[in-house]
Amino acid sequence: MLRYLSRRMIVLGLSLLAASALIFSVTELVPGDPASFMLGTGAQPETLAALRQQMGLDRPLPLRYAAWAGAILQGDFGTSFTYRTPVGAMIAQRLQVSLPLALMALALAVAVALPVGLYGAARRGRAGGGLAMGATQLGIALPNFWFAMLLVLVFAVRLRWLPAGGFPGWSDPGAALKSLILPVVALALPQAAILARVLRSALVETQAQDYIRTARAKGLTSGQTLRRHALRNALIPVLTILGMQFSFLLAGAIIIENVFSLPGLGRMIFQAITQRDLIVVQSAVLVLVAAVNAVTFLVDLAYGAVDPRLRRA
Amino acid sequence: MIRLEGLSAVLGGQPVLDQVSLDLAPGSITGLVGESGSGKSMTALAIMGLLPPGTRATGRVMLDRRNLLDLPEPEMCRIRGRRIGMIFQEPMTALNPLMPIGDQVAEALRLHGGLDRTAALALARERLDRVGLPAPRFPLTLYPHELSGGQRQRVAIAMAIALRPGLLIADEPTTALDVTTQARILDLLKTLAREDGMALLLITHDLAVVAGMADRVAVMQGGRIVESGPAEAVFRQRRHPYTRQLIAASGYRPARNPRPVPPPLLEVREAVRDYRLPQGGLRALDRVSLTVGRGESVGLVGESGCGKSTLARVILGLDPLQAGQIRLDGQDVTAGRRMPRSLRARMQVVFQDPFGSFDPRWRVERLLAEPFHLTGRPPDWRDRVGAALEEVGLQPTDARRFIHEFSGGQRQRLAIARALIIRPALIVLDEAVSALDVRVRAQVLDLLARLQADHGLSYLFISHDLSVVRGMADRVLVMQAGRIVEEGPPEQVIGAPRHPQTQALVAAMPVIPAEWV
Amino acid sequence: MRMALTLGGALAGLALAAAVLSAVWTPYDAGQMAIADKLRPPSAAHWFGTDHFGRDILSMAMLGAQTSMAVALVAVVIGMGLGVPLGLLAAARRGTWVDEIVMRGNDLVFAFPSLVIAILITAVRGPSALNAMIAIGIFNIPVFARVTRGAALPVWVLDYIRAARVSGKGAGLISLQHVLPNIAGLLIVQATIQFSLGILAEAGLSYVGLGAQPPTPSWGRMLAEAQTMVTLAPHVAVIPGLCILLTVLGLNLLGDGLRDALDPRLRVPR
Repeated sequence: MLRYLSRRMIVLGLSLLAASALIFSVTELVPGDPASFMLGTGAQPETLAALRQQMGLDRPLPLRYAAWAGAILQGDFGTSFTYRTPVGAMIAQRLQVSLPLALMALALAVAVALPVGLYGAARRGRAGGGLAMGATQLGIALPNFWFAMLLVLVFAVRLRWLPAGGFPGWSDPGAALKSLILPVVALALPQAAILARVLRSALVETQAQDYIRTARAKGLTSGQTLRRHALRNALIPVLTILGMQFSFLLAGAIIIENVFSLPGLGRMIFQAITQRDLIVVQSAVLVLVAAVNAVTFLVDLAYGAVDPRLRRA
Repeated sequence: MIRLEGLSAVLGGQPVLDQVSLDLAPGSITGLVGESGSGKSMTALAIMGLLPPGTRATGRVMLDRRNLLDLPEPEMCRIRGRRIGMIFQEPMTALNPLMPIGDQVAEALRLHGGLDRTAALALARERLDRVGLPAPRFPLTLYPHELSGGQRQRVAIAMAIALRPGLLIADEPTTALDVTTQARILDLLKTLAREDGMALLLITHDLAVVAGMADRVAVMQGGRIVESGPAEAVFRQRRHPYTRQLIAASGYRPARNPRPVPPPLLEVREAVRDYRLPQGGLRALDRVSLTVGRGESVGLVGESGCGKSTLARVILGLDPLQAGQIRLDGQDVTAGRRMPRSLRARMQVVFQDPFGSFDPRWRVERLLAEPFHLTGRPPDWRDRVGAALEEVGLQPTDARRFIHEFSGGQRQRLAIARALIIRPALIVLDEAVSALDVRVRAQVLDLLARLQADHGLSYLFISHDLSVVRGMADRVLVMQAGRIVEEGPPEQVIGAPRHPQTQALVAAMPVIPAEWV
Repeated sequence: MRMALTLGGALAGLALAAAVLSAVWTPYDAGQMAIADKLRPPSAAHWFGTDHFGRDILSMAMLGAQTSMAVALVAVVIGMGLGVPLGLLAAARRGTWVDEIVMRGNDLVFAFPSLVIAILITAVRGPSALNAMIAIGIFNIPVFARVTRGAALPVWVLDYIRAARVSGKGAGLISLQHVLPNIAGLLIVQATIQFSLGILAEAGLSYVGLGAQPPTPSWGRMLAEAQTMVTLAPHVAVIPGLCILLTVLGLNLLGDGLRDALDPRLRVPR
């Protein structure tokens, strides 16, 4: 287990290194450097050169990357060109919205998908199972931002139960949670539909395995074999999808933040792009990618916990 | 006592069981023999009430004056495992890979016996001891992947007998195992039946296994029991023609008259091949030397993992050697692109699995013509394909068909035709007849013998089964742990084995008693 | 199962027909504004009603179908064109450093959410339908590479591959002649899945302004523009959403139906 763990840790580190290099080089391609953007079109060439030197923009690419990455390792994400505030603090503040949004959506997706997937597998070939799977087909095809608009129309505009957008901040936790309910639902349900389908097909496939026949020969009912033997084995492919979905979830969250005007990481990236605030873009994208990698890492650990065959590898 | 009376079953309009009647008495072993598709496994599944969905069963399966076919599913769940246990062919997949073996054995005890986990695990410990997996070496916390095939089959047996059922059904329980492991598992099953007074229904395709185990034998063909009775009587009297065919085919040896010509065609000298594994290195071939003469047929026998498949791969130039030398016709065999095509064209191969040996999307003519890649496709290649088809007993018109239209035996003939088409000097037969039913196997052996005589072919005949090699080989090599441990004519190797491994293989080989034949 | 294939084919076919038809004919000029006729509910003259500029929503939706499908199609072509060869290469060189590099490269790209790729590309090149294609296409590459490799690996251990090697064929030829045809069914199914995901992604990108730019109509931007109108005239927001929903649903049903029809292993009822 220790070897498994350490190998995963190394993979995680290398992935982050490669991702950061990629992000840095791509943002370097962005036309118009931040210095000229900050000074506007009428700037004197000398002032521009001075500012470029001050910002370190005249140094070669690898050096600038090393400086940036080295600083991040020490927790320094640099200073926003436009706001003149530390990027780290900006990100931390935005994460207070984005992180709960993503985690709550993930939790809700799992909570919905588990029973639906189990039901679909247990009632396979019968009306109930067909209905459940039909519903998941609809869920997968549902664009989350449109779903969000419909939710707003019903629950905010017509029923007035929940706010249509905005975020009051965590000083009032009740109001904060209330403003996150619709975004979380809009984000989670399409994901839950995918997850439920994966779980069901994994369960169905597992049920064709020899050890299920063995369990039946022991006298377990089909329901007991499903719960005691098939479910755990079916979790392995579900975990894979769950890990991959986190990436979709973050992408979805960026759009959902726009629908509900939530001050999250995604919206910050948008604003920073239009302002050519590249250091903010770099750092925020890196945080997103790091989050995906961290989830992949956790999924790998979960594999180890579920599957004894991996613990020794 | 379980009694089958006129058990019939229909699946998708096709009858799969037809008036099957059997008595399964306590303490007695009944052997149910037949070829694939004869309905052996269906009979077992019908008794367990686990027939595939859509199957309709009629007749009676009587237990305690109740017809199991009429019982509702919850009732049947209380019968399965408690009154009737069952083990299956494939031990590698029959156990849940994520559950410790102790819990898997204890599961039935908790379910039917109402024991709590501690008590059930204690009893599971006892059962595992009973099947030859004693406590210190085999803790309850082991997972299936930490066990060998034979050990897993023992766990499966422990699960099946956990509640001391009156009947144990064993469906080809040793077919996937090595011969020596097979002998030990069969021994265990016999002991359990005798000592616990349990009825054992042993389902197998192997007449020799039944001859050594069963008190009574039933021979099945096309869903029907064509002959049954005490084992010795069935073997001696052979009232039904099908029984006669089966017995005749089971130890079949084709007529051969080999005349090897020097110098040797294939020479392997001090071949070494290592694999790197996560657990460390494995020496798959440890200074292996052998020769195959022109027109000679050499048998290579060993248990799984002994290195015989690795040897086949390096001889065919698919894997490189770390040390040593392989020469064919005096030229060096090397893996990869450096090996000249003209040299590769001197060798072909026939594999075990008649189903995986052909690309399902190609027509037969394209499949058979694939080796022409080595020689360049001649203008008359279609005629050559047709001739090759005729040579192996198929029709030239079969060239336009797809592989799924052929039976297992026909596919193996096609594999031989493919190997033959560029007229190689050596054909490596890698378990080439192991997956075939006995009667088909006899025909394919005949075909191989005839082709050898016609074309002066050399064979390297690889098998895990000494009895198959006996009929085909002029010389037998026995392999163990990457080494060749014994070599000699088949009569000598089987009649008077010198090396302990050979002795173990011979002793474990199931045989029909000489006086019954 | 037949029903899924038929319904899916019908829905996807309808969307495709609308997209193709829109290239030569739409009921109205989609760009033509008629403020007097703004926000009209569906009627005989305007089947899907009009938007806040009085434009005919049916015409816009038809052209939107064209945009969506073009973007998704090109993205699938990019993903397959690069991903499938990479997957075949990784499977042919399984267990070697080539395999390792390809798969780690895949993981690297895969860790970037599709929208983040789009944002980065937009930052470099500005927003356009073309950039949406590229962004979604890049996202598709590791998907196809993984699926290809995963499907090819079990093929590589089959005996007919060994027989081909004994016949002197190299890894490249075997990949083309044996492996690719045998996994083609799976790749077609994956292509329909990625096509439908591409339509969703395109809608999302245009919704946030990273996709097709005005005056090119697109479903996502129609929704973005409808957002403020949603209380006044719900049909403005409902109709483009339904277009996306039904097209994607149709493609998914089609993919499932194809998989069942192509995979003999799944066809057998157990």
